[in-house]
Amino acid sequence: MSAAPVETAVRVNGVVKSYGRGETRTLALKGASLEARFGELLMIVGPSGCGKTTLLSVICGTLDVDEGAIEVFGHDLAGMSTGAITKFRGENVGFIFQQFNLIPTLTAVENASVPLLLRGEPTRRAEARAAAVLGHMGLGGRERSYPRELSGGQQQRVAISRALVHEPRLIICDEPTASLDAATGQRTMELLKESALRPDRCVIVVTHDSRIFHFADRIAEMEDGRVVGVHLPKDFHHV
Amino acid sequence: MFGVALKMLFRDRAKYAMLVCGLAFCSLLMTQQTSVFCGLMMWTTATIRNIGAPVWVMDAKVEQVNEVIPMRRIEVERVRSVPGVQWAVPLYLGIEQARLGDGSFQNIQLTGLDTGTLVGRPMKITAGRIEDLRLPDAVIIDQVGVEKFRSRGITLEVGTTFEINDKAARVVAICQSSRSFLGQPYVFTTYDRAMEYAKPQRKQLSFVLAEPQPGVSPEELVSRINLLRGVRAHTADALFWDTIWWYIRNTGIPISFGTVVILGVIVGIAIAGQTFYLFIYDNLRYLAALKAMGARMTTLTAMVLLQAFSVGFIGYGLGVGLTAWFGNAVLAKGQPPFFMPWQVPVFVAVVIVFICSFSAVIGLIKVARLEPAVVFK
Repeated sequence: MSAAPVETAVRVNGVVKSYGRGETRTLALKGASLEARFGELLMIVGPSGCGKTTLLSVICGTLDVDEGAIEVFGHDLAGMSTGAITKFRGENVGFIFQQFNLIPTLTAVENASVPLLLRGEPTRRAEARAAAVLGHMGLGGRERSYPRELSGGQQQRVAISRALVHEPRLIICDEPTASLDAATGQRTMELLKESALRPDRCVIVVTHDSRIFHFADRIAEMEDGRVVGVHLPKDFHHV
Repeated sequence: MFGVALKMLFRDRAKYAMLVCGLAFCSLLMTQQTSVFCGLMMWTTATIRNIGAPVWVMDAKVEQVNEVIPMRRIEVERVRSVPGVQWAVPLYLGIEQARLGDGSFQNIQLTGLDTGTLVGRPMKITAGRIEDLRLPDAVIIDQVGVEKFRSRGITLEVGTTFEINDKAARVVAICQSSRSFLGQPYVFTTYDRAMEYAKPQRKQLSFVLAEPQPGVSPEELVSRINLLRGVRAHTADALFWDTIWWYIRNTGIPISFGTVVILGVIVGIAIAGQTFYLFIYDNLRYLAALKAMGARMTTLTAMVLLQAFSVGFIGYGLGVGLTAWFGNAVLAKGQPPFFMPWQVPVFVAVVIVFICSFSAVIGLIKVARLEPAVVFK
């Protein structure tokens, strides 16, 4: 699959997404539009139920849309088969979840190496690469620890390592600091920004944690299924 | 990802142990009960194996080897007259009473062999000499009899005498033979002497044993003998299966053992299916995360199948291994009804594959319906 070089990493245009049918049909996105650029950390914020997580899901192709276009690195996700989207995600997207979603029966290094194993990398090479990323995240010496043996902050750093280990171009973060205390949340965001952000990469963070807004390059504000404004962090505090 | 799948399985120790124990118990139950059933069926055919003749001729109404309808002695000559018969000899089989030295009684399976040829003689003599069977009052008793008498405090050895229907019998040899269904010891003697021991009847011939001439198959000889009126011939193999099928049709043995085997399957499905479903259910969130990270359905299917068949293989190995150990342990102490032909482990393996497939399919349905977007919820 080839695509023309683009400056905009992610382009969402007039996306409509609903859940349920008939009378129970609920519109989660009502024509949401958004652009995320290479080399930026874009935060999507808004009240609960405004469609942040749905928007995140359609951007990474884990949800189909009813209407509208999603373009990621020049690829139109709506025109791709499920298999092609899965492959695209495996190669281009790194995930950081609110609940970490680390497999409890795998050690830190085994968890972090999963994206490489999904690509078919040999276990030894994948774990060596994962150990290097964990070391960079300050988890040297804890590679063989199970998630239950790590603090919340350490678990989130393992999750960040897992998101970065296969060098994806798009990092999707869903409430990355929601399960962490304030100090750990700040450190996690510092680490994320420092290690994830590169000129050829885009980081999209969904959050309602106002304490981390200042880490964003831009903040997209959502309300009732639409993006109602995109702000610089310094301006957003005054909105 | 297969390594990840196995780590997810093996390191979830409680569920892994539960799955392996459930499948091992299921395999043990099915293998052990089926082997005991086969052992019982082998007991019913002990006479065929102890005698070892290729063709058996009997009254036309006889359905299996343990059911004797006496024939006239002349049937031996009639069988000998059939073209293709190399030899034909009489065989007497009857349950008689032996009186021991202490006055107690023991039922025995008296086997009268052709006096001239001793066709059907025991293959393995553990004490004494087969040739001595032609001496006056001579009998050969099997090891089962020796053990039975020993349990009553009577040592039976070469030279020991006892009575069969008030006539003297002297042990000239002790042999190894297969145990009979009802457990009576086999006592071998010549046909003529067996006629003296047996209660007098107008007809006393139980079977005619025959062998085909070179170039004539047992089946061909059987079809030729079956042209005679009033008798029916079987190859040893056909009589073996007729006997087993007779017991399956006419006794409660298969229902009893079949019920336990079915229970084993149900227990296996219930424990393994439910536990495996729980295992998948507990891991759904992580499987969804893998889906979101780019795992294809084929990868997840292969992982789930590997997990299901790994526990199946280990549980099966443990179950069949324990049954084999049990079999060896009890076989070392005598002749229990235990026989595990290769078909038994193959049958159990097929059932375990079914149980694992069933469990995996239940889990896979859940995985297939899984939306990767649930990881954001």
